[in-house]
Amino acid sequence: MLQYLSKRIARSFLTLLIILTAVFCLLRLMPIEGYFQNFDKMTPQQIEVGLKEMGLSDPLPLQIVHFFKDLIRGDLGISRIYRSNVPVSDILADKVPVSIKLGIWSMIVSLFAGLPMGAFMARYQHRLFDKISTFFIVCIQAVPAAVYFLYIQLYGTQLFHVSLLFEIDDPKYWILPVISMSLGNIAFYGMWLRRYMIDESNKDYVKLAKAKGLSEGKVMFRHIFRNAFVPLVQYIPTAFLNTVIGSIYIESLYSIPGMGGLLVTVIKKHDNAMVQGIVLLYACVGVLGLLLGDLMMVMLDPRISLGRKAGDR
Amino acid sequence: MMKQFSYRHTKETELIHNMQEAELFTFGGYNEDETEKTGFSNYSYWNSTLHAFLKNRMAFALLVVLMLLLAFTFVQPYLPGQYDPNLIINDASGIQFRNVPPGKQFILGTNSIGQDLWARIWSGTRTSLLIGLSVALAEAVIGITVGVIWGYVRKADFILTEIYNIIDNIPNTIILILISYILKPSVKTLIFAMCLTGWIQMARFIRNQILIIRDRDYNVASRCLGTPAARIIVKNLLPYLVSVIMLRMALTIPAAIGNEVFITYIGLGLPVNIPSLGNLINEGRVLITSPALRYQLIYPTIILSFVTISFYIIGNAFSDAADPKNHI
Repeated sequence: MLQYLSKRIARSFLTLLIILTAVFCLLRLMPIEGYFQNFDKMTPQQIEVGLKEMGLSDPLPLQIVHFFKDLIRGDLGISRIYRSNVPVSDILADKVPVSIKLGIWSMIVSLFAGLPMGAFMARYQHRLFDKISTFFIVCIQAVPAAVYFLYIQLYGTQLFHVSLLFEIDDPKYWILPVISMSLGNIAFYGMWLRRYMIDESNKDYVKLAKAKGLSEGKVMFRHIFRNAFVPLVQYIPTAFLNTVIGSIYIESLYSIPGMGGLLVTVIKKHDNAMVQGIVLLYACVGVLGLLLGDLMMVMLDPRISLGRKAGDR
Repeated sequence: MMKQFSYRHTKETELIHNMQEAELFTFGGYNEDETEKTGFSNYSYWNSTLHAFLKNRMAFALLVVLMLLLAFTFVQPYLPGQYDPNLIINDASGIQFRNVPPGKQFILGTNSIGQDLWARIWSGTRTSLLIGLSVALAEAVIGITVGVIWGYVRKADFILTEIYNIIDNIPNTIILILISYILKPSVKTLIFAMCLTGWIQMARFIRNQILIIRDRDYNVASRCLGTPAARIIVKNLLPYLVSVIMLRMALTIPAAIGNEVFITYIGLGLPVNIPSLGNLINEGRVLITSPALRYQLIYPTIILSFVTISFYIIGNAFSDAADPKNHI
């Protein structure tokens, strides 16, 4: 177990290093006007001096070394345009907790709504509830999130009598963003749990349990649900990544002062240092999410052999 | 079960015992027509697929409507009395027709700077469908090629799996944002950015399927008989995957259209002089605070939702139809 854990974590760390380097190299191609506050008024000489000062005219390998050195000290560079001359890490420190709070709430809501939905759909297969829920899932998956988010905001704000401006301390304002962010994952969990439970309910041990005279409900939740839930765990990290991406749109739509909303703002303002910082942070979140998912799988399912390669999911 | 079986068993033996020898064995005789009937069936994979698909009336109807829609987006500019989607229309005194509600002169009204929404929606649908179809096609071509190599060539497996493990760790949307930020916004940029990561899921899936069926007996037999690898792949392996490939392609199109809306929203989309559904929705979104102008958001979203839902349903129906297990 310990050997697997250390191997898996070392692997993630290596992946992270490669990703950070690759993304950093790609980001060197960013338009240079994004490094200066008043690019339009600057002469070519000034631009050259400015680039040199920031170390941007160094050869690429040297820049990468500098970047990792700074990263270890927690230095992500300095914002020039979004806020002039404030370290990126300081700006992010205020924003990250808001995003985490939103993400956790939406995870909770989607698990507590999606799992019961899937379970009841499997229990009452081909009945009315199953049909309505299937319709809901098809709609959520077929209509782009970018569209139904807008309508939720449009009619939801009227329904809850909230203004379009976000109030961070008022719980009423959190309802719509959390619901919007959960919908996709609710459909996701519901669909897969239903499928796994139906697959599982045709197996012999279920027939045995029924033959023993166990009640339908007990068989469903004691036996089928437990076994159907295990393969579902591998989708939780993916669902988590969906949440992270959803947050970019949602936070900006509701002007929630989180990381996602910030990304949209700094992209519109062309602040390279900020874009770089946030993109790198999201890359880290991605690696971490998949790592946690794999670890959870190992802990939950004793049948998974520990020596297996991390990629074979 | 047991009881029923033993009952039938006894009854049958009883019957056989009571029969005469001549009744038990009769010669069939030689019939030339009968011999032709065995050993050959006119089963054709694509015919059966088409038949199975046509049985799903809903999906077929949607396919027809979708085709007409696509055709109409190309025909529309040549119809009489159409406006240019980028033309700002002025009235007789030179004032722009701003936010004119849907009516006689403008079928779907005009937008906030006086452009005809009807023309913009069709032009935008054309752009969005073009993006969706190109992305789906490119992903299928790259994904199938890489997936086949990945699954069939043993030496390639290790390196491709490592590459997959790395790319799979970065959220796709982040790459999409990154590429769109670095490159100049255009239709090509969007297609390139969406294809850059999309193919890997397709390749991964094909690789897994090929690993499963690669060493089945009939493939081993083919190899022993000296069939070239290319023929085994095309004739023995890929037909197995048609239904999955089609489903993935059909789902990529709505996803690409949705991504375009997202990228436009965060400010990295197409310039406004190239109408796309993303651009139109973004223009409409700004106006949602005034109920009278909501038609500018509602019309593009109706078209967009229709297109994406249709592709979803058609894709699922076709994938069911393409699965030989569902053929009679």
